[in-house]
Amino acid sequence: MKSELKRTPLYQSHLQYNARMTPFGGWDMPVQYQHGILHEVEQVRNNAGIFDVSHMGRFEFSQHGAGKFLDTVLSVQASALRHGRAKYHMICDEKGGIIDDAIVYNLMPDRFLLVVNAGNADRDREWLLAKMKQYNQKHGYDIQFTDISRHIAMIALQGPNAVQIMDLISDGKASKIRRFRAGEVTILNKRILAARTGYTGEDGFEIMFDAQDSHQIWKLMIDSGAAPCGLGARDVLRLEAGMLLHGSDMTVENNPYEAGLGWTVAPDRAEYIAGQALRAIRDQGVEKRMIGFIVRGRGIARQGYSLIHEDERVGSVTSGSFSPTLNAAIGIGYVQTQVADANAKIAVEIRGKTVDAEIVGLPFYKPTK
Amino acid sequence: MYPNDLKYSDEHEWVRISAESNDHAEIGITNYAQDSLGDVVFVEMPEIGAKVTQFDKFGEIESVKAVSDLFSPVSGTITHINEALIDSPELINNDPYGDGWVMKVKLDDPSELDQLMDAETYTASLG
Repeated sequence: MKSELKRTPLYQSHLQYNARMTPFGGWDMPVQYQHGILHEVEQVRNNAGIFDVSHMGRFEFSQHGAGKFLDTVLSVQASALRHGRAKYHMICDEKGGIIDDAIVYNLMPDRFLLVVNAGNADRDREWLLAKMKQYNQKHGYDIQFTDISRHIAMIALQGPNAVQIMDLISDGKASKIRRFRAGEVTILNKRILAARTGYTGEDGFEIMFDAQDSHQIWKLMIDSGAAPCGLGARDVLRLEAGMLLHGSDMTVENNPYEAGLGWTVAPDRAEYIAGQALRAIRDQGVEKRMIGFIVRGRGIARQGYSLIHEDERVGSVTSGSFSPTLNAAIGIGYVQTQVADANAKIAVEIRGKTVDAEIVGLPFYKPTK
Repeated sequence: MYPNDLKYSDEHEWVRISAESNDHAEIGITNYAQDSLGDVVFVEMPEIGAKVTQFDKFGEIESVKAVSDLFSPVSGTITHINEALIDSPELINNDPYGDGWVMKVKLDDPSELDQLMDAETYTASLG
């Protein structure tokens, strides 16, 4: 039901900028604005675009022991992050299944921020709180959990001109923040948190600030040259950049190694609850593996379509789209490991027709500068 | 948005009867359809000479987000397809009643047109 959908602090701004809204992960979100998805993708690749990402879950863990606790539930050692640094990682269950993918920030001593997917936020919160309660009891800590998602808006500013725009509208300190780091900058006399991260393959920032300032900051960015962009463009951009979407490209049924995300996992740690399972998966090898492919015939591969090798179904598409940047149909999906390793010839079954496709390395697209 | 000289189907296709001959028709998708689909990136059409049947599927249209079927508003034989759509599918978004036409058909039975809507009825059906 539409009335049950949650709205971000920027909801009215989206309507004002003629967004077409769609339900996503329990939220009423802009799928595109008036010029369409292709225009928005082009803007992010060649200029700058902004995305309302206030629907994402944002959890703070604070007080003594917060970093050590996160070490037990995240695929990376959060406590080893220096202040102002961020790291992409998996949240895995004890069997090594991916509950979610997230970014953890060490904001200051004993204060960490976790940014998780909107559609998983409720489940993540419940799971993390249960683990934290156990940890507090076992070790006599008093680690605190705060869900800041509702009070803090979040905008992603992405594209080759993103840094220039951020410096223009702020105190000029944004460009000093390096990739995968976060710092405070001042916009409209308000201090905001700016992280040099994103989900498009482009340089840029994800900024967090008081929800009540959201319309003013959104408008300022548009007036400074950034194009408002919706979830449609975001999905194309992240796929072009070879980034996975939890819920489509990986679920709790998948492990990080088969998803091609072994690089985000540090399993050789005694304290890590998924360590044992992940070490076993790593050492035994995986039966299927995520690949990228470009469709060489006519048609677009969509989620769920079969991937074929020598007349046999060897896997399926988890995400597929037309890529305006490559001017081709692209996709990702799992195939049997031997097919992936051999870089074998594959095809996609597009509504009854078998269309040739070529396995290619990810990402599909990388910025030139 | 919905020209008065066209006939419209429930499936959001339009038909324009040729000025020269009343059993030849040009067919495309409506402004409502192109707007709902968003950016069109691919159109799959049958070949010239193929038969189409009223309200049956004859092709596919893909936008960035999704694939949809195309349904013929009339029965007949395809005499032309819009080959410009192969390289420039965006014509459907930019000019749905002009350069974005999809196919031309020689009608089997012009009385089938009575089962289609006029502009006023179609506009009202969109609510």
